[in-house]
Amino acid sequence: MPELIITKHIDVPGIDRLSVYRQYGGYEALEKALREYQPEEIVELVKKSGLRGRGGAGFPTGMKWGFLAKNEPRYLCCNCDESEPGTFKDRMLMEKNPHQLVEGVIITSYACRVSTAFIYVRGELAYAARQVQRAVDEAYAAGYIGKNILGSGYSLDVIVHRGAGAYICGEESALMESLEGRRGYPRLKPPFPAAVGLYGGPTVINNCETLSTVPAIVRNGADWYASFGTEKSKGTRIFCLSGHVKKPGNYELPLGTPLRTLIYDEQYGGGILGDKKLKAVIPGGSSTFILGADKVDTPLDFESVAAAGSMLGSGGVIVMHEDTCIVDAVLRMTEFYRDESCGKCTPCREGTYWLVQLLERIEHGHGKMSDIDLLLDICDNISGKSFCPLGDAATSSITSSIKLFREEYEYHVREGCCMVGPKARKPAAAAL
Amino acid sequence: MISEQAKQRMRELAARYPVARSAVMPALYIAQAEEGYVSRAALEAVAEVLNMTVDDVESVATFYTMYYQRPPGKKVIKVCNSISCYLRGCDALIEQLERRLRIKRGETSPDGRYTLLTTECLASCGTAPVLQVNDEFVENLTPELVDRLVDQWEAEFQAEGQSQGRSPAGAGGC
Repeated sequence: MPELIITKHIDVPGIDRLSVYRQYGGYEALEKALREYQPEEIVELVKKSGLRGRGGAGFPTGMKWGFLAKNEPRYLCCNCDESEPGTFKDRMLMEKNPHQLVEGVIITSYACRVSTAFIYVRGELAYAARQVQRAVDEAYAAGYIGKNILGSGYSLDVIVHRGAGAYICGEESALMESLEGRRGYPRLKPPFPAAVGLYGGPTVINNCETLSTVPAIVRNGADWYASFGTEKSKGTRIFCLSGHVKKPGNYELPLGTPLRTLIYDEQYGGGILGDKKLKAVIPGGSSTFILGADKVDTPLDFESVAAAGSMLGSGGVIVMHEDTCIVDAVLRMTEFYRDESCGKCTPCREGTYWLVQLLERIEHGHGKMSDIDLLLDICDNISGKSFCPLGDAATSSITSSIKLFREEYEYHVREGCCMVGPKARKPAAAAL
Repeated sequence: MISEQAKQRMRELAARYPVARSAVMPALYIAQAEEGYVSRAALEAVAEVLNMTVDDVESVATFYTMYYQRPPGKKVIKVCNSISCYLRGCDALIEQLERRLRIKRGETSPDGRYTLLTTECLASCGTAPVLQVNDEFVENLTPELVDRLVDQWEAEFQAEGQSQGRSPAGAGGC
């Protein structure tokens, strides 16, 4: 078992309470940051650590902080609107170790000279929001948040804000719209949040896991953190393993660990459910391209997964075995984007609707052969032509699955039923 | 009607934010907790406290799925049907719930006890399939567990032990 960073104390009983969190070194990193470092030095430290955003895009965290415009007031938004299908790490971090997140928020706010920070928790995660709120309340009472924190002269307000059911609010500019009390429509970029963000002020916005990692980096140093992972993808991250594996769950591993280890190692996934054959893997949440079973030896770091033809995304690794009907699975993922499209721009609003119509038609045996290329044509008219990345995300599973499993789409059209899975027509002896 | 106490909580929230309007979402939760859904009175109260028009508040309330436009059942059951739960067989469980509760997904039972909804990924894919009852998770669902849950809910209603005023949206405040 490699050394754990973010999930090291996750199963300690009572770690969600301040007293226990402190017994395990909690808030020592904050004290160290305030006592030994100027804000800019923490930005440099995090740059040096190589930490990259764990929300999906993988942007270097310290560099993001460095882009912040100099005018004030500045704001921090912690994105805890975890909703990417296949992703369930932020919920765990909030529910089980909320103080680690709060400490990360405070240190980051200090590093970025922020006086008001927001933790935007997905509406559906009511218990997580209560846990984070209680941690914030305890931190206020202990003097870790508020006026003149630990006598340093630095003051900070932290507000926990609950969403109310909208995937789009995980998009940074939509999140800020939502925080300002409006419908969660994404904003035009540029200007980027670092220049004009929340309430028009310079805003830094980071994912829950990213900020939960910050205390460990401050405590142990940039070189220590950079000693994990690969040359360009440093550190560890939480991989959310789900689907057809024996032991689904959250596993923290150094970046660069092979996908095969995550899926098959007894300590992690333990192999495919029912010892069936692996068919496909989605490596970073449903917004990323599907990989075929031949990519199972891909190291899970940003560069290698990109080279294999997908993205590390949010770390949501979704495994599908040989009995999965790929058309039905893709239909299910596309329905998500149709339902969650905010409606602001036409390509995404209309396009996702028509994608679902076509996929349903094919899945239910009424499709035409030309529908397959029509799907690709619609994807081409959404991807890169939508207002925000939701549109692009909606097309990933479709384009990649047609590339990898075109014969399965054609089988649906030709035979009027699934090629594999429960809805496949069994008796036709070896029709393949 | 929205109580003066609730409006006071909304005012306090509005003062917490750099701009009062930012409190519209938590204020809607508070109003919904009193009315059971976002009623006309709820919209008016939030508008009054935050100095917004009612239409403006309504435009926010109708964007987010967790603000109910009509009264939901006493138990709101949300079953995830996104990809990871799909791979783990959620569809059969949704059909089982439809049979046992005698309503289709999206419906509320005529006696007002249950609302059955399907919902997008609930961040519980490692413990799929999963559902929420009034925002609390039940994970690692099996047909047996679903049967036991329904039996338990029925028993609760039978025993009339339901404490009054339970909010379908959970604890509203932030």
